[in-house]
Amino acid sequence: METLCLSQSKITKIHDICEGYNNDSAELINILHATQGTFGFLPAEVQEVIASRLDIPVSKVYGVVTFYSFFTMTPNGKYPISVCLGTACYVRGAEKVLEELERQLDIKVGETTNDGLFSLDCLRCVGACGLAPVISIAGKVYGRVSPDKVKKILSEYYYQE
Amino acid sequence: METVKVIIDRKELEVPKGTTILEAAKSIGIRIPTLCHMKLEDLNYENNPGSCRICVVEVEGRRNLAPACKTECTEGLVVKTYTSRVMNARRTVMELILSNHPFECLTCSKNGYCELQTIAHDLGIREVRYTGEQSVFPIDRSPSIVRNMNKCIMCRRCETMCNEIQTVGALTAVHRGFEAAVSTAFEKDMTGSTCSYCGQCVSICPVNALSGRNNQQEVLNALADPDKIVIVQTAPAVRAALGRDFGFEPGTLVTGKMVSALRYLGFDYVFDTDFAADLTIMEEGTELLHRLSDYLKGDKEVKIPLMTSCCPGWVSFVEQHYPDLSSHLSTAKSPQQMFGAIAKNYFAENLGVARDKIVVVSVMPCLAKKYEASRPEFAVDGNPDVDISIYTRELARLIRYANINFEELPDSDFDRPLGESTGAAIIFGTTGGVIEAACRTAYELYTGKRLEQIDIEELRGLEGIRSATIDFNGLPLKIGIAHGLGNARKLIEEVRNGTSPYHAIEIMACPGGCIGGGGQPFHKGNMKVLRKRASALYQADRDKTIRRSHENPYIIQLYKEYLGEPCGALSHKLLHTHYFDRKEIVGILDETKNEE
Repeated sequence: METLCLSQSKITKIHDICEGYNNDSAELINILHATQGTFGFLPAEVQEVIASRLDIPVSKVYGVVTFYSFFTMTPNGKYPISVCLGTACYVRGAEKVLEELERQLDIKVGETTNDGLFSLDCLRCVGACGLAPVISIAGKVYGRVSPDKVKKILSEYYYQE
Repeated sequence: METVKVIIDRKELEVPKGTTILEAAKSIGIRIPTLCHMKLEDLNYENNPGSCRICVVEVEGRRNLAPACKTECTEGLVVKTYTSRVMNARRTVMELILSNHPFECLTCSKNGYCELQTIAHDLGIREVRYTGEQSVFPIDRSPSIVRNMNKCIMCRRCETMCNEIQTVGALTAVHRGFEAAVSTAFEKDMTGSTCSYCGQCVSICPVNALSGRNNQQEVLNALADPDKIVIVQTAPAVRAALGRDFGFEPGTLVTGKMVSALRYLGFDYVFDTDFAADLTIMEEGTELLHRLSDYLKGDKEVKIPLMTSCCPGWVSFVEQHYPDLSSHLSTAKSPQQMFGAIAKNYFAENLGVARDKIVVVSVMPCLAKKYEASRPEFAVDGNPDVDISIYTRELARLIRYANINFEELPDSDFDRPLGESTGAAIIFGTTGGVIEAACRTAYELYTGKRLEQIDIEELRGLEGIRSATIDFNGLPLKIGIAHGLGNARKLIEEVRNGTSPYHAIEIMACPGGCIGGGGQPFHKGNMKVLRKRASALYQADRDKTIRRSHENPYIIQLYKEYLGEPCGALSHKLLHTHYFDRKEIVGILDETKNEE
């Protein structure tokens, strides 16, 4: 009974990662970490392959993936956006910035835009409290962001496309 | 063994080092309440996440309250289990749990059997001071089990049962915090999961988050339909447990009262699945002898060991996890389905009515039997051999519903011909019983001699995995027995590795066999209850005049008049089945098509 498909090269890649941890189910979190590092996300079929390789129920893999907010089953956008909601950023209006990003991109936190360009996540403190509120896009940090600057920042990336 | 002295509620006692306060208290009759803790003594399994925090107690010298289930006794420990501080904490915890639990007790099918309800009552909760958001999860209805996570208290007993004891791996805790729930992989419905419908999660759920599918109304509708002939069959394990719901001691056989109640409910014929169990022995026993004879002739293709196929939870388990070994399963249908096939063909023809005039209802100790009855291969033109399957607790509810005073009912006998059975059939309800019944018949058919020692004690008991060698006149027949799917997995792994020493293996998915089925009155992990149910069935076997399936006069008549011979052409058509590969695998994508 086949319901899910994955290319042979990806299956081999996952097997290699599992092999690197001796197919030890106690290393599940590390294996998921490495796999997400390779593929960017952990779709159902990838979890199935890991489960069968480690000889554990796929429900257990899924339980771990949904427990840790780090793991994601949806692919990140080309430009992942992180909004800092640490104390300093929060009191200086990070939530308003986040709302504006959600409105501009028409997605919620944890989602990816339909064109695959942007994904939106929150984090707690990037260590740049002096620049609060802070957002980062694909590793580039923007400080003193206000809702009215959001559109302009995003347009840089649309322009690059 | 090193022991320590402790004082619990002013009582001094000595316990082995490492004993938890909860267990120590229990040993002197102090029942500290808990919702998550579950210990299945004989199975060596414990669910002990320490998550409910209802069992907190005061330990002298400790600043914080201690969870009794997680705190081990040390020398000189002084414990108080009901100070006002303890009771305040317990009530607060309880109110917090209740703040996210629907107040539907009156309409809940667990009403009266719910552990949350009992503890709320014992703690004297009269109001819940906390209000706020409540979880809203969709209700998942499979043919056998209903999963309502709005009622879940996250004790995770079901997760332990499904993963550690049964090794089915269908249920798991997903997400975290307020969104946390027990679900399946990718939060599919249970029908899309690896669930085998054994129903053991339902047996140990303290609330009604997991419950059996309810089909009582369909039974009532059939009984009210004047155009239908409604036949009921009752499985062997039901009669040893039904009484429990009416205040009888565990293991009281209520066969006669059950038959009277069913007749009172309005069934046209009250028959016995035991008849079909005798029939199963004829078919499965013959199949075993055929396979053995081929095997002894040196046939390398023949599938030995033969594995029993009576248990639908086990059959699902093989189809999901070991489809490559399904040819080791006996092709004989389960007694429930054999009964349905005989009722809708042989019996219908004898009555001179069409099969769709007949409604076959089965009363089973089992939730998986509902799923089994719904399998499409067990229907002819959409008309199933078994129309409705209900479990023991549902029958108890129907009896109450019909205003029957069960305790006062006189005893009566099953109808003939499909109500006649032997002692061999009755022991089908307990682990080891099917293979013992099969041995009684196979021995006599194989050797042509009388089996003198009819009680085959080496096959009995409640150990998870057992084995025995029965001397078939010089042929040492090696038998393996397992109950509980985790134990079954160990035996089938040996088959896969080619190291299985057995000729025949009996498997029952539930701990104890059908007597511990998911549809039985809740035994709450108390193995003493299971032992009593098992001895009741062995006693019923001893009380029977006929104790060998092949000597059942109505079985002999059935073969003579209708079926011909065991494993013959008509038997194959009506009484045997085939299995499917239900294992989910990730297929390999054709990369040239470039669509992923």
